[in-house]
Amino acid sequence: MKTNRLVAAVAIAAAFPLALTACGSSAPAGGSSAGAAGKGLSLTIEDYYQPPQAATYDKIYKACATALGDTITSTHVPGASLITKVLQQETSKTLPDVLMLDNPDVQQIASSGALTPLSDYGITGQGVEQEVLAAGSLNGKLYGLAPGVNSLGLFYNKDKLAAAGLTPPTTWAELASDAKKLTGNGTYGFAFAGTNTYEGTWQFMPWMWSNGGTETQLNSPQNAQALDFLASMVKDGSVSASVVGWGQGDALNQFTAGKAAMMENGPWQIPSLKAVKGLNFGYVPLPASAAGGKSVAPLGGETFTVPSTGNTAKEAAAGKIVACINSPANEMTIAAENNYIPSNPTIAATFGKSDPDLAPFVSIVADARSRTGLLGTKWPTVGTEIYQAEQLALTGKATGAAALAQVVANNS
Amino acid sequence: MALSVSKVARNVPPAETRAGRGPKRRWWPDRVTQLLFVLPAVVYLCLFFGYPLVKNVIMSFQNYTTSTFFTGYAPWVGFANYVSVFKNSLFQTTVINTVLFTVGSIAGQFVIGMALALFFKRRFPLNGILRSLLLLPWLLPLIASSSIWKWMLDQDSGVLNQTLLFFHVIASPVPWLSSPNVALASVIMVNIWLGIPFNATLLYSGLQGVPEELYEAASLDGATGWKAFRYITWPTLRPVVSVVLVLGVVYTLKVLDIILGLTGGGPANATQTLATNSYQQSFVQFSFGTGAAISNILVATSLAFALVYLRLNRRAIDE
Repeated sequence: MKTNRLVAAVAIAAAFPLALTACGSSAPAGGSSAGAAGKGLSLTIEDYYQPPQAATYDKIYKACATALGDTITSTHVPGASLITKVLQQETSKTLPDVLMLDNPDVQQIASSGALTPLSDYGITGQGVEQEVLAAGSLNGKLYGLAPGVNSLGLFYNKDKLAAAGLTPPTTWAELASDAKKLTGNGTYGFAFAGTNTYEGTWQFMPWMWSNGGTETQLNSPQNAQALDFLASMVKDGSVSASVVGWGQGDALNQFTAGKAAMMENGPWQIPSLKAVKGLNFGYVPLPASAAGGKSVAPLGGETFTVPSTGNTAKEAAAGKIVACINSPANEMTIAAENNYIPSNPTIAATFGKSDPDLAPFVSIVADARSRTGLLGTKWPTVGTEIYQAEQLALTGKATGAAALAQVVANNS
Repeated sequence: MALSVSKVARNVPPAETRAGRGPKRRWWPDRVTQLLFVLPAVVYLCLFFGYPLVKNVIMSFQNYTTSTFFTGYAPWVGFANYVSVFKNSLFQTTVINTVLFTVGSIAGQFVIGMALALFFKRRFPLNGILRSLLLLPWLLPLIASSSIWKWMLDQDSGVLNQTLLFFHVIASPVPWLSSPNVALASVIMVNIWLGIPFNATLLYSGLQGVPEELYEAASLDGATGWKAFRYITWPTLRPVVSVVLVLGVVYTLKVLDIILGLTGGGPANATQTLATNSYQQSFVQFSFGTGAAISNILVATSLAFALVYLRLNRRAIDE
């Protein structure tokens, strides 16, 4: 009797973790018949996509697995908790067979040895945009490959610009003067995400790059100038002082509510913008620092990686899944359904012709720069320094130069 | 509540004095039985309090990075994490912010909580309903209430600024969360709102323990109003007050969600406290060693206040 009870207790204790894992939002996808027949592997994939985007990926995962004769189960975790989840899985050796990682995180995770080089599976990334490969590589080895990429551009309210007799600005000076003219009656000229997270860093990097600055030499006059430029628009009132707390969703809300005439944002917002009745909007590349200058946009997008699970058969199959997700046909599907730009320039060119909405972003992405190509595993430190400096400058606590000097000194 | 439990415990003769008396009928000593009763609690404490605490202390002496999770390798770095924490100019800011946040929150919560407790001690219609409504901030999920406060405190379209402007209380919108000079005060204000139910409830129940006869007797001697509070309510309530204050300090020191929800520690680190900075170091910058070092400093501070609490508790019983 007593032993029976003990056994029952142990069984319940053992089942508890199983019950917990079952709570994850797992959706089995793929022909379960293949698994039932006894041949083929059952693979797992983890990403941070949420509906409706997740549906596109589930469809692709399923098709890729079925083509291999395998089955695949996808888990979609909330974006903010993906990295913590991955770290837990590293410790417990329960990493999924295929793992999606946002491109600036790839090198960080790869440096621990948790990922396998994609060359093991014959994936070279040939034909893919050089900067996309740079973001997914560490020490010359490719670990993550993105089927689609995105970037940032300048969105503008056509009606408001027309009423003020303006055309979209192409230089910083034009942006500043246009923003000032568009400000008034509860509307600010310009909005962006200046929040104290990596989102703020992502939105600031194009300004420093377009001015000739770089993230490896943070404390430079070019970077200071870029900070001072954005701060000057907050100071003269053409950008709301609340910008220091705004993410990209907040900037979008200001723009759609008619409280901002222009904003810095990305192509993934186009569906939300189109859904707003009576909003007449357009988009152009972000302005260059001076006439004749070049605007450099940042490269965004998620890569697919093969974690080192120790099961060679599954790793090989996972490699094939990653290759399949990055196939030309799937690049087109992801781009069309989820507003990405194919990472292969040839496919992107074809896509640009078929989708006039995203065509401007095809050329923006062609010149875009990755955040971690130069920084590598130093991204968390420098990424934090950049948004901290931006906060100091935008709140008027320090000039651009003083702000950069302060954050660099703090972390050295 | 804690007081009455300890009082009851004191009236029961200690188990040890009873044990040992009488003939030994079992083959194991009574002592073993006693220890077996304690065992589950000891195992629980070691597993869920001891292990994390020890692990956190060890982590703070290691270079614990993202790679450690996969390789399990975390080189011993001695006090390097603590040195880098103390050297960083942000540390001074976070300590000052933590002190201001804690003192400001506690002062506000306690004064308003005490006033409400005294108010609700009177008998009037709807007293019960109003008193339960007072608990509302406590019942809402923190993330939800901080998001709503963030909207209300928005500089341009927040309801607070709109209202104040409408009644001409202010001439221009107050940058509640967007100015480094105001943000900390705003965050304290929200935390006070959140802490009032805790203070009011505990003080209210403390007031129930003040014998009515004392007031009656005092009123015959002419001690009413402020004098009654000063010479009857306050001295009788003192043990409850010290418990409320010390627990308040410990709860406030570790506040994370409200600050993350409202400002994320910004703007320009104006609302960065030890707790938020520890979180940032560990889960944003993935510098787990540094994060552990900061949280140990926080744990040590909380522990100091917890000891004060235990001491006060003991003294209250002895009185």
